[in-house]
Amino acid sequence: MTTPLTHGAGAAVADTPITKVSIIVSKGSLEGIYPALILANGARMEGIEVNVFFTFFGMDAINKARHDHIKVATVGNPGLHLATWLGGFPGMSSLVTAQMSKAMEKLDIPPIPEFVEMIADSGAKLYACKASVDMFNLDRKDFIDHIDSIITVGDFYQMAGGGQIIFT
Amino acid sequence: MLPLAAIARTPEGFLEHVEDWDRELALVLAAESGLPELTDRHWLVVDYMRTTYLTKGDAPTIRTLGKESGVSIKELYLLFPKGPAKLAAKIAGIPKPHGCI
Repeated sequence: MTTPLTHGAGAAVADTPITKVSIIVSKGSLEGIYPALILANGARMEGIEVNVFFTFFGMDAINKARHDHIKVATVGNPGLHLATWLGGFPGMSSLVTAQMSKAMEKLDIPPIPEFVEMIADSGAKLYACKASVDMFNLDRKDFIDHIDSIITVGDFYQMAGGGQIIFT
Repeated sequence: MLPLAAIARTPEGFLEHVEDWDRELALVLAAESGLPELTDRHWLVVDYMRTTYLTKGDAPTIRTLGKESGVSIKELYLLFPKGPAKLAAKIAGIPKPHGCI
C-alpha cells in the first residue's frame, strides 16, 4: 500500500528529537552553500541548537569580499542540463545565478549575506576553519562580524559533541 | 473560552479551526508551550502572525516576520526560544507554517 505524499502532515515524529546539529559548509558555489544555510535556519526555527563550520571554499559565504558574488557552477553541473561548452560561455554563470536568485527571492529566501546574518541573529554559532584560513592566507578581519571565531577541527568535534553532524 | 480539551487540535497542538481562538485561549496555549506569560512584544508577534494568516492565507516566513512585525529576528528568538514561527503560530491559533524558510 502506498501513502500519498502530503505537506508535512505525513512526516512521522521521531521518539528522540534532534536537539543539536553542526553543519559543515565546504563548497563555495551557490548551490553548494544554500542547502547548508536552509538546514541551519530550519534547525533554529525548530528550536534546535546550531553550529555552522565554514571550511575550504565554503568560507566564501562569510568572506566580506566574496559573499556578495557567489555563483551557480555552470560547468561540471549535470543537474542544469546545459551543454558543457555552453556552461563555460562568458556570463553564463552570472545569468543562471541571476535567474536562480530571482526564483529564490519569490520564495522569500534571502541573498547569502542576509541569510547568514539572519542565521547568526537566530542564535546559531558560526565558525571558520583554521586550516583553511591559514591555507588561503586569511584572517579574522576578512570575515563578517557575525563569525564567532576561527577554530581547529578538534575544537569542531568538541563543540559538535552530543549532536548530529551534517557535511555539505 | 471553551476548555482546552473541548477544542479540536492537531497531534502537535495546533488548532484545527482558527475561529476557535480568542486571546484567553492564546494564554493557555502559551503556558502549555512553556511561556507562562505573554508580554506586549509577544502579542505584537502573535497578532501579526494571525492577521497575516487571516488576510493572506499563509503564515509569514521568519524573514518577513523579522522585517515587518516590528520585532527583530534576534528578539524573536529571545521571545520564543523554541522556534518563533512555529510557536507564535500555535499561540495565534493558526495552522503550523509549512514553508522551509
